[in-house]
Amino acid sequence: MLAKRIVPCLDVRDGKVVKGVQFRNHEIVGDIVPLAARYALDGADELVFYDITASAHDRVVDKSWVSRVAEQIDIPFCVAGGIKSIDQAREKLAFGADKISINSPALSDPSLIDRLQDEFGRQCIAIGIDSYYDADTNSYKVKQFTGDEAATKDTQWYTQDWVEEVQRRGCGEIVLNVMNQDGVRQGYDIKQLAMVRAICDVPLIASGGAGTMEHFLEVFTQAGVDAALAASVFHKGIIEIEALKRYLLDNGVQMRL
Amino acid sequence: MSQSDTIIIDTGCANLSSVRYAFERIGADVEVSDDIDKIKAATRVVLPGVGTARAAMQALKDKALIDTISSLTQPVLGVCLGMQMLTRASQERGDKQRDCECLGLIDTNIERLDSKGLPLPHMGWNQISPGDHPLFAGVAEGSYVYFVHSYRAPLGDFTIAKCEYGEGFSAAIAKDNFMGVQFHPEKSAAVGATILRNFMKMNAGSFTGNHKSMKENTL
Repeated sequence: MLAKRIVPCLDVRDGKVVKGVQFRNHEIVGDIVPLAARYALDGADELVFYDITASAHDRVVDKSWVSRVAEQIDIPFCVAGGIKSIDQAREKLAFGADKISINSPALSDPSLIDRLQDEFGRQCIAIGIDSYYDADTNSYKVKQFTGDEAATKDTQWYTQDWVEEVQRRGCGEIVLNVMNQDGVRQGYDIKQLAMVRAICDVPLIASGGAGTMEHFLEVFTQAGVDAALAASVFHKGIIEIEALKRYLLDNGVQMRL
Repeated sequence: MSQSDTIIIDTGCANLSSVRYAFERIGADVEVSDDIDKIKAATRVVLPGVGTARAAMQALKDKALIDTISSLTQPVLGVCLGMQMLTRASQERGDKQRDCECLGLIDTNIERLDSKGLPLPHMGWNQISPGDHPLFAGVAEGSYVYFVHSYRAPLGDFTIAKCEYGEGFSAAIAKDNFMGVQFHPEKSAAVGATILRNFMKMNAGSFTGNHKSMKENTL
């Protein structure tokens, strides 16, 4: 059976892994390659690297660390951050990234998804969506440029509509970052993830809010996602990946051990 | 001039370095090349690939490599799309009206995976049932390897490892010296490294007799 995936996310800023609370106040966690290698050894199924400053500051991911990661780790990884063109995507893939994740640039120019799919196939195109619950309108909406608080802005997209749109244009995977809960470790937004799962025919990765092993169990059993992404619980040593996977397996979730 | 004993064919596809790095991690002497003489002289040849069958086959045509690959008698390992290119044809059509003609070295066709409603692409770590082909020596039943694909080879005489996602399909296929894996051994942690090491133990002498397929042995 296909295993559910545990995906540590390493937010990268200036070549270091950082972690903020609700996308702000970033603190340095450590160097990229040793952290990636450690997670791979601990049983991570895949890694995601977000260059969180790239989109907001119009910079592109520093490519040198992409090939260093590819040389040293033997599990798949995805690179995100400021990829706006076919050439930029090709470069990341050529350096050894298995997937590229597009977020803000796809909102600025949705046709980028079509063009990436035509060039590389949908299997390596992940779309990151920063979604938040808007209490005023009782709806889920998409934000853009979340890497920099000053640059972050609302979009006209309701989350459901954007999820449909990116699939129609040819993405191979969706990473749903639920912003209200990111970094505060109060659990994944099960209601929102289950809503998106129902309209998502490509693999869905839940992101934002993991604090305990029970949160992971809930998101797999109640929201039916394919993978769960988390950062701080792993970086801070609150949850060990191997122990987490044993716990999930013991509770009936298919896991690679 | 000396050359590496294992050549990774430069298909112009995007995952070349990942495949090279994986061989280098197990200490193998590999070289990425599209030089016809080097490919012919190699002890082993790897055919990598991501993207669409049509683009990859076009790249082989542009480099005049089709006849070269077909004539090889040493071990050849196709990875992911590289495996699919070893078959007769792929139904992955892109914007074209016809199926994409492939190398025709293994007698099967690539068709869309019928996932029975499960998300596609089939992406992530899935379990395989290997047969007794030497490529899978030491790989246990139920081992996890990493897949990313939406098209697949069906089960048949050529199947040397099975997988299931909605339906059963070939995780690996082989005919004589031509072998292909649908999954990515270069991204499949220790299990993938075992498979690559097994490949590195092979040479042209490994294929004097045909290997029995899974169907003959286990089905």
